[in-house]
Amino acid sequence: MIDTLRLTAERARELLRIGEVSGAELHAAYRAAIEEHNGELNAYLTLAEGPGATDGVPIALKDIISTRGVRTTAGSRILENYVPVFDATVAANCKAHGLPLLGKTNTDEFAMGSSSENSAFGPSRNPWDPSRVPGGSGGGSAAAVSGGLAPWALGSDTGGSVKLPSAFCGNVGLRPTYGTVSRYGVIAFASSLDQVGPVAKTVRDCAFLYGVISGRDENDSTTVDVPKVELPEGDDLRGLRIGVPRQLNDVEGIEPGVKGAVAAAIAQAEALGASVDTCELPLSVDYGLPCYYLIAPAEASANLARYDGVRYGLRSQGDSFREMAMATRHDGFGDEVKRRIMLGAYALSSGYYDAYYGTAQKVRTVIKREHDALFEHFDVLVSPTCATTAFAVGAKSQDPLAMYLTDVLTIPSNMAGLPGISIPCGLSDGLPVGLQLIGPQFAENTLFKVAHALETAIGFDYVPERLR
Amino acid sequence: MAISREEVLHVAKLAYLELSEEEVARFQEQLSAILDAVSKVAELDLSDVPPTSHPLEIANAWREDEPRPCLPLDEVFANAPDRDDDFFRSPPA
Repeated sequence: MIDTLRLTAERARELLRIGEVSGAELHAAYRAAIEEHNGELNAYLTLAEGPGATDGVPIALKDIISTRGVRTTAGSRILENYVPVFDATVAANCKAHGLPLLGKTNTDEFAMGSSSENSAFGPSRNPWDPSRVPGGSGGGSAAAVSGGLAPWALGSDTGGSVKLPSAFCGNVGLRPTYGTVSRYGVIAFASSLDQVGPVAKTVRDCAFLYGVISGRDENDSTTVDVPKVELPEGDDLRGLRIGVPRQLNDVEGIEPGVKGAVAAAIAQAEALGASVDTCELPLSVDYGLPCYYLIAPAEASANLARYDGVRYGLRSQGDSFREMAMATRHDGFGDEVKRRIMLGAYALSSGYYDAYYGTAQKVRTVIKREHDALFEHFDVLVSPTCATTAFAVGAKSQDPLAMYLTDVLTIPSNMAGLPGISIPCGLSDGLPVGLQLIGPQFAENTLFKVAHALETAIGFDYVPERLR
Repeated sequence: MAISREEVLHVAKLAYLELSEEEVARFQEQLSAILDAVSKVAELDLSDVPPTSHPLEIANAWREDEPRPCLPLDEVFANAPDRDDDFFRSPPA
């Protein structure tokens, strides 16, 4: 009997190696779990065919990642019947490492959202409490891992779409340094921010999967060579300097349970030998969100211009090309995508470009410099991943600005291209609390080391309480 | 920062988006509120600050300019709504 709720990818790999289970049995166990729980969780949009001859640990991919021959929707009506004819580099990397595809997971449409409620195919649900959201945009990947429907998964993170769902569902999620993971074949949202990252039950699984997907890719000219990934061991944090940015940790509206769990984790780090000091990020937190909501929509409005009903995707009727394209985009895009395209097109339009997009790019420099200055004194910065735990389905779906605020703690470091990992650090009213660790560019190995030490010290049980 | 109905319609045209009457009214209200919030970026003195368009300092990441095989045409057209021989067909411009 394979307990998919508890089985880590590392343990699964070991069971395969010693011949305790076969690849087919492992795959079948996840398929059975999906059969039983996907109706409730809506984590998967499309299931892949069987594992074939591959004897590896299966994986789920966010439906923003192109998979040859397997429908890829980006959570949008406009791509409802789109079947890619090539694999994204990260999908090809998984195949090359013998990780068979379980299926494609739900996402806010074009990864735009913080709850997965913007999916054209209905929201995913949080395995800890199905009346709540799993976070977004990668809610499907997070719900699948937490609910035992996948041992690990890939998401993509533009403003927090790996880190936030990982926090809400009690998973470990990494947003890697910009440029370390190929974006080739990943359906584009905001190209200067998009980055694929792993979602797992443990830090070691997260690190292993990062090793599978990272590295320079000649099909993505923004990728660079990446330091060799070290699987973390031990719990010695002596010599490590941890900064606690006041503005991230005392953010408005922070739940007492979140604050308490994060404080306890910081105390654990100190007990393991790290030095801890308060520090300041005065501008990044105040100006990060406005900066993001100019730059990301501007890039999105350009990236989504390609959906015009000609080469792929939905086509609606129209007598001229313009009428056809406008009708296609009206019928195919959901509310939030239209809102961001409008916002971005406005910020880029003649007469407003300098005031909005140009200014936001300068603010981005300010945010980057503010973080760079802190990393002269600290190895890692810590904060909550989100000020709250998972909220109820529907709680913010009618108020775009309230939804945007969900990402206020994950956005600043993303603007600076920095890596961040979210690990569960406790419960608040029975729901997981995420701890965000941020490092300088290419410091993934440091993040894994600290996160692994804290994970061991905290001893969080990642199986949702109601399913134990 | 209120945005006018005319501006909403202008931007929708730029973005190739047909909007219903209901959407025009709703986006006018919501975009005004969002623009209010994001206009905060104008508060900072940024006169000596260069823009960041990309988080890494990479320039001229070229590969060798050698021809490589590309997708077969049947795959290129596999998702096309309307194929006419080796062309994508669309209504007249």
